[in-house]
Amino acid sequence: MSQPALSKSMTSGESGLAVVFAVTAFFCLIASAKALDAPFAFHAALSAAASLAAVFCIINRYFDRAAALPPAEINGRPNYNMGPIKFSSFMAMFWGIAGFLVGLIIASQLAWPALNFDLPWTSFGRLRPLHTSAVIFAFGGNVLIATSFYVVQKSCRVRLAGDLAPWFVVVGYNFFILIAGTGYLLGVTQSKEYAEPEWYADLWLTIVWVTYLLVFLATIIKRKEPHIFVANWFYLAFIVTIAVLHLGNNPALPVSVFGSKSYVAWGGIQDAMFQWWYGHNAVGFFLTAGFLAIMYYFIPKRAERPIYSYRLSIIHFWALIFLYIWAGPHHLHYTALPDWTQTLGMTFSIMLWMPSWGGMINGLMTLSGAWDKLRTDPVLRILVVSVAFYGMSTFEGPMMSIKVVNSLSHYTDWTIGHVHSGALGWVGFVSFGALYCLVPWVWNRKGLYSLKLVNWHFWIATLGIVLYISAMWVSGILQGLMWRAYTSLGFLEYSFIETVEAMHPFYIIRAAGGALFLIGALIMAYNLWMTVRVGEAEVQRPVALQPAE
Amino acid sequence: MKAILTLDNLPSGLVTTIWTPVFIAIFLAIIAYAFWPRNKAAFDEAAHLPLREE
Repeated sequence: MSQPALSKSMTSGESGLAVVFAVTAFFCLIASAKALDAPFAFHAALSAAASLAAVFCIINRYFDRAAALPPAEINGRPNYNMGPIKFSSFMAMFWGIAGFLVGLIIASQLAWPALNFDLPWTSFGRLRPLHTSAVIFAFGGNVLIATSFYVVQKSCRVRLAGDLAPWFVVVGYNFFILIAGTGYLLGVTQSKEYAEPEWYADLWLTIVWVTYLLVFLATIIKRKEPHIFVANWFYLAFIVTIAVLHLGNNPALPVSVFGSKSYVAWGGIQDAMFQWWYGHNAVGFFLTAGFLAIMYYFIPKRAERPIYSYRLSIIHFWALIFLYIWAGPHHLHYTALPDWTQTLGMTFSIMLWMPSWGGMINGLMTLSGAWDKLRTDPVLRILVVSVAFYGMSTFEGPMMSIKVVNSLSHYTDWTIGHVHSGALGWVGFVSFGALYCLVPWVWNRKGLYSLKLVNWHFWIATLGIVLYISAMWVSGILQGLMWRAYTSLGFLEYSFIETVEAMHPFYIIRAAGGALFLIGALIMAYNLWMTVRVGEAEVQRPVALQPAE
Repeated sequence: MKAILTLDNLPSGLVTTIWTPVFIAIFLAIIAYAFWPRNKAAFDEAAHLPLREE
């Protein structure tokens, strides 16, 4: 280690954050001792330990670093900050496998209920939010943070803003995941779908998310590239909207500051409307806008073709922004929600067809002149198939939001099939494609360890998706038709348990599809691991030959 | 006679009525901006942005 220079001193960020975490550790320890319930005591103790670890890491990092902070530029070229991106990429792969595995477990529980083991911690009710949060927020969230930090630096040609702040975002976000996930297993939930974490986890996420927004904004503000690239607009919309949705849906009053239970401020149908305003815009801005940012950067980059129509990308962006926010009521058809609100939600959902397909066409047509690469580059193929799935699920979604269609599809497995064609096909594949690009780039490797393995991943996972969604379509429509079947005397033709029995074979097919998807992800993890471990280092071109920009 | 517009309902009524045309106008302005012939060169340039390596 280099000797600390005389002028070396802690930055105000380092000392400030160390003090804040030290104080936090103290208060968490007190909260742990005074806790009213065991999960809260566990989470408070975990937070105290994590705060102490944070203090240690900050001080340790200070002793290890040079006197001066890393420069923003070296020889006139941006000195990109890749550390937090590496961390998030690793966590994305880790949580992805965990989330797919839990998905496989709960799919198997539905086919063979004995797998619940009659234990509270392994029951479907607790594992289901663990699965959804792990794949959406842990896997998808880490992919979005990693790619957004990469894209904003590269497309603004500037180093990421902040010194500790980016690390605070990536580590803090994953700590939120840890608190949320362990909470579900211990029975801590506020019972709002996709917003299950309790008040203290929500507060922590708010701090982390605002920091994320500030890091992203500050990087854009100090950009060297005059134009703000369209992917950054999508990322920014994702970050800002998730902040607003999170605050709108989660205002809650804890029963005690030393307990995990809280009550949400909204009641009745207002609560339902807030919940699905949140829920659908989480789909629109987390699972769509964020990943469209990936599409607009990674597909042109990988195909080495410009965006097909930049004008269309601008209209795509603003049309999504103006329309998506109104689509939530389609989750509440035929409920106590006023009829006009249901129709409003349906109408805006149908209008979303246009920007969604405009965006899909824009992504696909970016390959014009490079279609032959689909034969030779399986990574590009994964990215392009993801866009095709985006088109498919954004066709299916508006169709299902039509009230008469919804009367058949709602509460059936058709919904599950629809969600997974979007989640596995669009979000999953675009994330895989992005990680396959990102890992060699940030670890400075010439390419992936094996394109052959990418090919295997692609076909195994695609087969898995096809099994999954076709099983759920058949099962869902079967279920819906059985529920509404009447005899000639006006009695319901089937008892509920008969519909459950009828779905059993499809549940097995679904679990098989999920298993294939998980196997594909394991192949990917091995491939990425080997890329980092044994991949050939990219030779940097001599700096002197770079044109001054 | 029952007043249709009162001080109570004027501001909220006006706001809830007016945002629809305002949003439509903003959106039309965005479309005009996207298709404005003078912006074409800059957008074509921006479409190449991911390809310009640093």
